Amino acid sequence: MLAFVIRRIALSIPVLLVASVVVFVGVSATSDPTARLRFSRDPGVIRAETERLGLDKPVTTRYVKWLSSFSKGEWGQSFVDREAVTKKIRRSLWTTLQLVFFGVTISALIAIAVGIYSATRQYSLGDVVFTGASFVGLSMPPFWFGLIMIDLVTFKLPRAMGWDSTPLYSIGLHSSGQSGFNLDYLRHLALPVATLAVQIIASWSRYQRSSMLDVMGSDYIRTAKAKGLSRWRVVLKHGLRNALIPLVTIMAVDIGLLFAGLVVTEQIFALPGMGRVFIRALENGDTNVMLPWLMVTAAFVIAFNLLADVLYGLLDPRIRLA
Amino acid sequence: MTQLPPLQMDDLPPELTPDLIESTGGAPPRSQGRLFLRRFLHHRVAVAAATVLLLLFASAIFAPLLAPESLSTSITAESILNQNKPPSAEHWFGTDEIGRDQFTRILFAGRVSLSLGLSVALLSTVLGTLIGALAGYFGGVVDQVLMRFTDLWLVIPSIVVLALAQKRFGGRPVTIVFILSFLFWQSIARVVRGLFLSLKEKEYVEAARASGASSLRVMFRHMLPNIVGPILVNATLVVGTAIVTESTLSFLAFGIRPPDVSWGTMLFDAKSAVGNSNAYLIYFPGLALLLTVLAVNFLGDGLRDAFDPQSQKH
Repeated sequence: MLAFVIRRIALSIPVLLVASVVVFVGVSATSDPTARLRFSRDPGVIRAETERLGLDKPVTTRYVKWLSSFSKGEWGQSFVDREAVTKKIRRSLWTTLQLVFFGVTISALIAIAVGIYSATRQYSLGDVVFTGASFVGLSMPPFWFGLIMIDLVTFKLPRAMGWDSTPLYSIGLHSSGQSGFNLDYLRHLALPVATLAVQIIASWSRYQRSSMLDVMGSDYIRTAKAKGLSRWRVVLKHGLRNALIPLVTIMAVDIGLLFAGLVVTEQIFALPGMGRVFIRALENGDTNVMLPWLMVTAAFVIAFNLLADVLYGLLDPRIRLA
Repeated sequence: MTQLPPLQMDDLPPELTPDLIESTGGAPPRSQGRLFLRRFLHHRVAVAAATVLLLLFASAIFAPLLAPESLSTSITAESILNQNKPPSAEHWFGTDEIGRDQFTRILFAGRVSLSLGLSVALLSTVLGTLIGALAGYFGGVVDQVLMRFTDLWLVIPSIVVLALAQKRFGGRPVTIVFILSFLFWQSIARVVRGLFLSLKEKEYVEAARASGASSLRVMFRHMLPNIVGPILVNATLVVGTAIVTESTLSFLAFGIRPPDVSWGTMLFDAKSAVGNSNAYLIYFPGLALLLTVLAVNFLGDGLRDAFDPQSQKH
């Protein structure tokens, strides 16, 4: 097992290197970090900035320089606001992490419950409704759902009810002057979490339903029923535990993708997470932020993919990792 | 114990319906195509979805005839007077802050969004099928390159590639079609590669090879017809994914740019309407998009069941 993990991590290093070259060249070729100074009256400003950022040197030289300091742990500072990159990424990662944590927890609970219901009552009215809803969830652009929720919940609902304030907020994670885990925090978190959860619930509940149906049709479930176990015991202990194996691995892979995948959600709700850092870095050609961003999000993807494989091996004794 | 519902004729697989059973005596056997059509028509939701899609495509094709206004961006005295009119008999979907009729714009935007979805599906399917077939049949260098590409795109989030490409090549719809196809062919190639890998070992392939058919002939005359189903289902789903991806990119200003108009750019333009009296501006383009993608996905589901009766059990 340990050898498997080490080998997989070692194999991912060349992929990361190629990815960093692709993104470095791509970002350098498409954006000009001095663009925001274009309207300066002093022509020397742009020249000074170009020299400060080393933009007068060829791309290869700049990449090698970046790579050598990155591998030494010196991640440098943002081209734009000169904030230390480690600090910037740590701060935005924390914001994204909160969204991912709540989004995934809620999605998993709902998706598993819906999956169990739909599989045990296949083709019932509830199953048909859930199936239809999951099709809608998968067909809808998440950002549109977010906009609709803001319009309805934050604006239309209080107006219709004659309330003075809105039940749920649509900007940031805290009101000014507030911090920590409190009601204000939850009122900020509810809409972005709902927005990111809709698609995840739709997709996970489909997997859970079909994997549960597979399991419930197998012989050992019939045996469990035949020896007189209660319905709940059969469904939860014998059915669910086995049906969760494929879902857990899919969950792990999906969670890894979320750290870079919340760009629109964070943009709509003005949350200073990884997605917003990416958009600002891309707009300003800020390779110093862009590349560590890529490395961190890629590390999450690789780690969670690895976790999926390891979990699969642990949960299903028939699978052996080699 | 749950009670089984009484068995109905509709529940029987189409192969066992009475007229088909009868048809074994005397009538000519049905072709694969006929059987496929029967199974598809059995899937009521998919038939409804296909009808909706036909209507949507017709409305896009005949947009200049159906639209009450032309898609001009010029501001006239009349258009100024027509600012932010809520939906009415005259303006079905209302007007925006410079008085443009939204129904007109949704029809014309539909032309861009629908043709973009179709073109991306077509282009990426042809490319993906070719490369996937080569990789699955021959293995070797093509296969290695394809698999390394897969590793790379796992690590680089697709939004990075799409946004960078849009910044480099611009936001005309044709450009966006190429950019999206470049991203989507790979998933199709992987599917086709897997199918070719498993088909390669079948006896009929061996027989074709033994009788002296060239590799290309074996691949495209003998193997490909057997996997048309999964490829077509995948292509259908790409139509929906492409339309949603385009709207997301356009919403972030990384997609189609004005003067071209798609449902995504309409949502981008309407961003500030959220919470205001003209909030209808975000509802209609989104609903058009949702209806289209929903119909595409239901159609894909129906096609899957029709091609593969085995999958119907869930």
